[in-house]
Amino acid sequence: MARNPDADSAPAPKAVKTSTIEFDADKAKTFKVVGSRPPRPDGMDKVTGRARFGADMVMPGQLVGLILRSPHPHAVIVSIDTTAAEALSGVKSVITRDDFAENADHHDVLCNIMAREKALYEGHAIAAVAATSKAVARKALKLIKVDYQILPHVTDVDLAMAPDAPLLHADMITSGVTPAPTKPSNIAGRSEFGHGDVEAGFALADVIIERDFKTAATHQGYIEPHACVANVGADGMSELWCCTQGHFHVRQVCASLLGIDVSRLRVTASEIGGGFGGKTTVFIEPVALALSRKAGRPVKIAMSRDEVFKASGPTASSSMNVKIGVTKDGHITAGEGEFRYQGGAFAGAPADFGAMSAFACYALDNVKTVAYDVVTNRPKGAAYRAPGAPMSVYAVESVIAELAGEIGMDPIELRLKNAAREGTKSSYGPKFGSCGLVETLEAARDHPHYSAPLGPNQGRGVASGFWFNFGGETCSTLNINADGTVAIAVGTPDIGGSRAAMCIMAAEELGIPYERVRTIVADTSSLGYNDTTEGSRVTFSSGMAVIKASRKAVTEMCNRAAMIWDIPAEAVTWEDGHAKPSGANAGEFEPMSLAEIAATASKTGGPIAGHHEYNADGAGVSFGTHIVDTEVDPETGRVDILRYTVVQDAGKAIHPDYVEGQFQGGAVQGIGWALNEEYIYGEDGRLQNAGFLDYRMPVASDLPMIDTVIVEVPNPGHPYGVRGVGETGIVPPLAAIANGVSAAAGVRLTELPMSPPRVLKAIDDAKVAAQ
Amino acid sequence: MRYESPQTIEAASALLASEAGLARILAGGTDLLVQLRSGMVEPDLVVDVKNIPTMTSIVEENGGYRIGAAVSSAVMNEHADLCAMWPGVMEGADLIGSTQVQGRATMVGNLCNCGPAADSVPGMVAANAIATIVGPNGRREVPVIDIPVAPGKSTLAKGEIVESVFLPAQVKRGGDAYLRFIPRTEMDIAVVGVGVNIELDDSGVCTHARVGLGAVAIKVLLVEDAAKALIGSKLDDAALDKMAAATSAACKPINDKRGTIEFRTKVAGVLAVRAVKIALERANKRASNGGEK
Amino acid sequence: MSGIHVSTKINGDAVEFVCDVEETLLDVLRDKLGMTGSKEGCASGDCGACSVTVDGRLTCSCLMLGAEAEGHDIGTIEGIAKGTQLHPIQQKILDHAALQCGVCTPGFVVAAKALLEKNPDPTETEVRFWLAGNLCRCTGYDKIIRAVMDAAAEMRGQ
Ligand SMILES: Cc1cc2nc3c(=O)[nH]c(=O)nc-3n(C[C@H](O)[C@H](O)[C@H](O)COP(=O)(O)OP(=O)(O)OC[C@H]3O[C@@H](n4cnc5c(N)ncnc54)[C@H](O)[C@@H]3O)c2cc1C
Ligand code: FES
Ligand code: FES
Repeated sequence: MARNPDADSAPAPKAVKTSTIEFDADKAKTFKVVGSRPPRPDGMDKVTGRARFGADMVMPGQLVGLILRSPHPHAVIVSIDTTAAEALSGVKSVITRDDFAENADHHDVLCNIMAREKALYEGHAIAAVAATSKAVARKALKLIKVDYQILPHVTDVDLAMAPDAPLLHADMITSGVTPAPTKPSNIAGRSEFGHGDVEAGFALADVIIERDFKTAATHQGYIEPHACVANVGADGMSELWCCTQGHFHVRQVCASLLGIDVSRLRVTASEIGGGFGGKTTVFIEPVALALSRKAGRPVKIAMSRDEVFKASGPTASSSMNVKIGVTKDGHITAGEGEFRYQGGAFAGAPADFGAMSAFACYALDNVKTVAYDVVTNRPKGAAYRAPGAPMSVYAVESVIAELAGEIGMDPIELRLKNAAREGTKSSYGPKFGSCGLVETLEAARDHPHYSAPLGPNQGRGVASGFWFNFGGETCSTLNINADGTVAIAVGTPDIGGSRAAMCIMAAEELGIPYERVRTIVADTSSLGYNDTTEGSRVTFSSGMAVIKASRKAVTEMCNRAAMIWDIPAEAVTWEDGHAKPSGANAGEFEPMSLAEIAATASKTGGPIAGHHEYNADGAGVSFGTHIVDTEVDPETGRVDILRYTVVQDAGKAIHPDYVEGQFQGGAVQGIGWALNEEYIYGEDGRLQNAGFLDYRMPVASDLPMIDTVIVEVPNPGHPYGVRGVGETGIVPPLAAIANGVSAAAGVRLTELPMSPPRVLKAIDDAKVAAQ
Repeated sequence: MRYESPQTIEAASALLASEAGLARILAGGTDLLVQLRSGMVEPDLVVDVKNIPTMTSIVEENGGYRIGAAVSSAVMNEHADLCAMWPGVMEGADLIGSTQVQGRATMVGNLCNCGPAADSVPGMVAANAIATIVGPNGRREVPVIDIPVAPGKSTLAKGEIVESVFLPAQVKRGGDAYLRFIPRTEMDIAVVGVGVNIELDDSGVCTHARVGLGAVAIKVLLVEDAAKALIGSKLDDAALDKMAAATSAACKPINDKRGTIEFRTKVAGVLAVRAVKIALERANKRASNGGEK
Repeated sequence: MSGIHVSTKINGDAVEFVCDVEETLLDVLRDKLGMTGSKEGCASGDCGACSVTVDGRLTCSCLMLGAEAEGHDIGTIEGIAKGTQLHPIQQKILDHAALQCGVCTPGFVVAAKALLEKNPDPTETEVRFWLAGNLCRCTGYDKIIRAVMDAAAEMRGQ
């Protein structure tokens, strides 16, 4: 599931026109290309340094753009004086919010990319300059005078919810509460999910455990900082090159902020150096466009790493309570949770997704979750891989592990007993279709890892996790070239090898070798609208569009063969890359290959192509179960990850290497989140660790190999059975590691990250308590 | 900003001394470039010392080693004899940053940057390394411990450059070790760092000890009470406990993004014990090899 | 601001450039010489995406001034494949699908090549520690480590 991060108001309901092709079990038995591991089309460029990422583009006459940012977490901007900067030789344009018109559709986005009334977080953009060199631009920033009136700030979610907290937005009335509150607060919204009667459920329980949890904000940590080059012509015709997960969305928002038609803005997605949800929105792109428009020259902006941490979109921090009741024989009678997430200075923390996914792994009669979306003086969050789920699932899966211990049941057994399966009414409403949680649990239980012996100070943790997965607006085009090769254009940026997956699916449909198919990511003027690469949707949605486009091309190729053979089109079928006559009165003809049909296309009606546009539905939910062995140094609280196994349902792994890669990458981001990564704020409301050195993402020497098991329970809503695989992998690790560390340390840990000082304190406090 | 790359230390010193504005020495640049980039320092002159031959060589001297101040840690750690004699000092230097950083970073840059968490400094302090300083008024020699004052602040006068560091000969039954605590396995700044150097007599009694302690005060400390707890003992558990307590007692840390006061104080003692055990093993091994390697 | 004239060798070719004192070697490679294979992930030595060799020794080009390159031999990602012939490390990274977004890949290739030149038969632990200064956020390192070990074996003729 995904949500337009830049939509301020609830999106207007779309007229739903969806098209799915159902899973074809027979075809799945005869896959020739699907499931193989060919090299990716962009691989050569990437190992040689030729691939062009966001910052690698140069346009003639290009200027350097830099952004002035607020040093204060919360302040009224009394005045901004740019005259001295404008007068500096080499400065070609200076902009502030005054260079943008008010925008009702994207009010929060506008306020986020350029502050005016108030600076709402340290790093909030205040003004920007474009100059002939970086040195000049830097000098110009220093010449901009900003008069701030400093306000009290708040960065902690619970403190921000307090009635006397410093207020960020005077007009923020909590949504989802009836009657609506009369006074503004920092609580943007409340939402509630569930069914049954939790009180009645708890009354049936033999053991009830209730715990409070906290998790710190983390960053997606993509290695490529945001970068773009904007070029606005005198007639308003504009081009934008940027690293983004969704260039169509970028075009939409930027055109709106600039007040131009979308047709005047062509956005090209560069190769993208990681996104994980963090590149689904705009930060610098409208600024570069506005600078370019004013300067009449192209402008490049590349964020520094410090800016990425302070002024892009990290994920939420959370504070949560979870209560679960279970009978002695392992039946969960009720589950309840409250999830308070802060998502930075504007509404949109994924608390609702957290509340929806918290108990999704379980078939429960009684469940209730409540979510609060809270604003604080931190950068506005963006999506991060399964946004909202890792935290809430961490809380729930920690309590499940503790309950298993209390009733003396194997934790996988307890999960299996209560696992969601096909037909289960999910904790957030809909009924699950075919899904693979039970299969991942069984595979984990039977994996040699699960029964391997442990040494002293070592502990094993297990957890399951869930993600919705998403479809959405998609289109793609497939051209049959005269030489029998095939060119595909999709509109979803490739962040992890999806071009290879597209080529595989087209090759499978067309019955030709993988090497004869090439896929590119087309710019926004070459293809219809595509939703962003997010929500684990690309291999599913763009893949289905490619399959449909292939089938259309096949139909056309059959028509051409029928024309050549002079038989009815219905009498031609497509098999193994060839048109063949079939049926009683089709006649005897040698099959014609795709290449042969393509070679004569000019004589049979011109170029052959297929395309498909639709709003994809039927993305199957995905579940995973992780096992981890940890070792805790009881004298220092340091945690080592000794062994790690990911088991996840992929529906169908089109290119297993990249499925494994998603599992491994997600798990390791989860390891970072669990152990050391965190946004650390000082009393002054400033971020203290805005760099890789102190943000502490896992490095190669911190980790073992990450074993993977791909479970394949086909998604009935996809012809090949594909489910999204990109996001679920980050959901279980937080809890799995917390369970492992708690077992190794002999004390339950309830706050992330489990950094050494925190682990050591828990161990020492437990010793004192035991005496 | 001007960049100069003189060929002699005298010329370098003269450049620094005559600069009216802010001047900085550039060795490996792994601290300086980060500071330049962030705007933390804005010098008018940068003097690169890597083209000065006396500063880029390692020479044996009186059984010990004189290490040029511009020798990178990677080069130093490829010197087998030096590593065999002072494994603790070398490991401290080897822990600085990544392989890439190792290719540039110097021990003296680490020392003169004056960060309290500098990884190579506790080991040098424990080994009682002596720095040779060249300045407008000639040469002087100073124990390494006397150079840092506070973060970014040293006792070096304007125009003074550390030319080399001298590590004396290790004794027959002597051994050193350096351990640091970091949350990850690499690429972190020490939360606590402990360097120890011990000497034992033939009966295994500790006759000399020095304990250097990093990241727990505004500068690297020499913990004399910890050394006293060891000297005269056979490094039994009681002595080690006493030493750990003395080490913890010497800590004057702060709460910051890298660790709490409580954590640093406790872990300093824990690491000190572990480091002494390693040093002891090395000393015994060295003795059994007849005082070599 | 007067520029500094610098003469170097890059990937075996004599190269001259004029740079400002403040400019790092990475700035020079990317902005002056159009060699954008070296990436800027942090500009502070933490990510290794800008890895190059200087006289054969692995270095972050963001931690070195352009001026310091005078008289030295610089090796960048652009010089590793010989024409269309990939270096075994590059080939193994492709074979093992050891990249997702690929922005870290040039740095890993340069760093791994430097490792195997120094230590042709590294253990997994040695590979992991040598590459600890190269961040990859996509892959979890697993496939990268396997690719480097496999390249090492192939280069040893195993
Ligand atoms: C990614 C990264 C990771 C790091 N990790 C660590 C770590 O784990 N542990 C650690 O301790 N440090 C670490 N550092 C910091 C740094 O690498 C070390 O402090 C290094 O030893 C500095 O040496 P240098 O030669 O590069 O110093 P430079 O940057 O050249 O100089 C540092 C300072 O010392 C002065 N100086 C240099 N040489 C002399 C001299 N001969 N005489 C007088 N003054 C001089 C300079 O003017 C400057 O002020 C890290 C840095 C980076 C970028
Ligand atoms: S850019 Fe040089 S190490 Fe990150
Ligand atoms: S492949 Fe994306 S950072 Fe390594």
